[in-house]
Amino acid sequence: MNKNDTYWKTNLKYLVILLSIWFSVSFGFGILLADTLNQFHLGGFKLGFWFAQQGAIYVFVILIFVYIYLMNRLDQKFKNDK
Amino acid sequence: MELQYWIWIAVGLSFSLYIFIAIRSRASSTGEFYVAGKGVPPIANGMATAADWMSAASFISMAGIISFNGYDGSVFLMGWTGGYVLLALLLAPYLRKFGKFTVPDFIGDRYYSNVARAVAVFCALIVSFTYIAGQMRGVGVVFSRYLEVDINTGVFIGMLIVLFNAVLGGMKGITYTQVAQYCVLIFAFMLPAIFISLMVTGNVVPQIGFGAAGSDGVFLLDKLDGLHRELGFHEYTTGKKSTLDVFFITAALMVGTAGLPHVIVRFFTVKKVSDARKSAGWALLFIAILYTTAPAVAVFSRTNLIETVSNQPYKTLPEWFGKWEATGLISYDDKNNDGRVQYVADPATNELNVDADIMVLANPEIANLPNWVIAIMAAGALAAALSTAAGLLLVISSSVSHDLIKKIIKPDVSEKGELVAARLSAVGAVMLAAYFGINPPGFVAATVALAFGLAAASFFPAIVMGIFSKKMNKEGAVAGMVIGVLLMLFYMTKFKFGWFGGGTEKDWWFGISPEGFGSFAMMVNFLIAVVVSKFTPAPDQNIQELIENIRNPNDE
Repeated sequence: MNKNDTYWKTNLKYLVILLSIWFSVSFGFGILLADTLNQFHLGGFKLGFWFAQQGAIYVFVILIFVYIYLMNRLDQKFKNDK
Repeated sequence: MELQYWIWIAVGLSFSLYIFIAIRSRASSTGEFYVAGKGVPPIANGMATAADWMSAASFISMAGIISFNGYDGSVFLMGWTGGYVLLALLLAPYLRKFGKFTVPDFIGDRYYSNVARAVAVFCALIVSFTYIAGQMRGVGVVFSRYLEVDINTGVFIGMLIVLFNAVLGGMKGITYTQVAQYCVLIFAFMLPAIFISLMVTGNVVPQIGFGAAGSDGVFLLDKLDGLHRELGFHEYTTGKKSTLDVFFITAALMVGTAGLPHVIVRFFTVKKVSDARKSAGWALLFIAILYTTAPAVAVFSRTNLIETVSNQPYKTLPEWFGKWEATGLISYDDKNNDGRVQYVADPATNELNVDADIMVLANPEIANLPNWVIAIMAAGALAAALSTAAGLLLVISSSVSHDLIKKIIKPDVSEKGELVAARLSAVGAVMLAAYFGINPPGFVAATVALAFGLAAASFFPAIVMGIFSKKMNKEGAVAGMVIGVLLMLFYMTKFKFGWFGGGTEKDWWFGISPEGFGSFAMMVNFLIAVVVSKFTPAPDQNIQELIENIRNPNDE
């Protein structure tokens, strides 16, 4: 397989994984499962409510920085291969 | 010292700073005017994006809206932050690699068609104008509230400042002004929030404080849920809206955020592809500081409000109540003549009406903070409104001078001529925006939220498929954009302005509100584009090469 294809495939793999997490914390935990998760507590927060108003946002920030890290590593690897 | 003097000092100092920056960073080429010469460091770009993004509505109204809607307010919190993940992962790096000036540039080149380009320009203009009219109005309102001039004078002063920054400095000028504006606005938002958190829960960090217990040992949120039940309001921590509608609204706001031209264009201003990713990360981090604090402020001020006024004798209410009553943002009507304030859910017996904006505006007074804090709040609110207006203005002017004049109407225009056109269209756009600010059409407030739906229904699918599918062709993309945006316009005008026979909540398709319909229109856009592209010729070899090229960050 050509080098650019490998690079693109790896990128797509990262995207699928990170976007699944993105979807789970917001649409999953914060909306669809919010009522179920509200039975559990995190300190004074109901868990579903916490995801919707705090947790999802923290995870979003982390996801982007993880992607930056992964892609910088991938870019480096492909530069070295040249 | 008198409050009014403090306000003049804070606003005067911050405005001098913005003007100083504008003079220092004049744009001398179209590249500098449109994309700041592609030399903005990622952290600075992150701050500028955050200021560009957070408008007067985020600064003043959002915490109040959450405060009155509880869990349902989460759509704004997740919707207006989650879009940055889409931007960083699906759009920003590739659009930066593509390396032109505007979003219609990408659509026009990738779909090898001036029809596609023109449709994109049309969508960019609709989205930006609905958005900017609301901003200019916001500028006017903030001015009139803090500086005690009338709203029109406020709009006029705001217009001059924005004009000065945008016309002189273009993207280069507004970027560095926005960096300063971000610092002012985040300081102004956090300071009272931290004080109130300390006062209510003893915790310095508002994000943790609102999950903690008050002095009576009861968790704040449990107490608030209890108060809500007692007064007949819906419980604070659970939703009243249907889960489906919350899902669709959140999706529309997220995807809309990722499709807003004034946000996307910020990622064209950095040096390289990896910097575009980094800027998105920084931008979201800077935005998240305000967005995770807002729900805490919402809870503190909601609890404070209920405890301060509910069933209290009107005569003994604190001083701030009377002061804000004078502005009309709080009103009290003693329906049962008992001299006490009954604040309940039932409109027949409720005696108190509170405007959502007051939750942030009155915070410093409720917390007994000194006058200079209120002055900084004023400067912060103005920074939020002005920075967003300037960013939008630039998109409008580059759409006209670059996408319309240079790329479609008169391709042989010189660099100098194009720069003059860019400045003139910025002047024209400010005038038009100021006109709408002074004579607000009734639909402004209703449409600002819908600008997201329009962006989701038009740009997002065309850009994403342009990057991730080599088979997507101009027929598919144009059909998708046109039908997506028309469908959204139809639904919005039908249910918001009563056109096409109007309709009420029970006529909504599948129970989706106009605010959430952008997600539906976006899916239709995707579907139509894919179907049409199956029956029409695939793009040429050179387009396939273009796609290969934008996917690869290394070959500069």
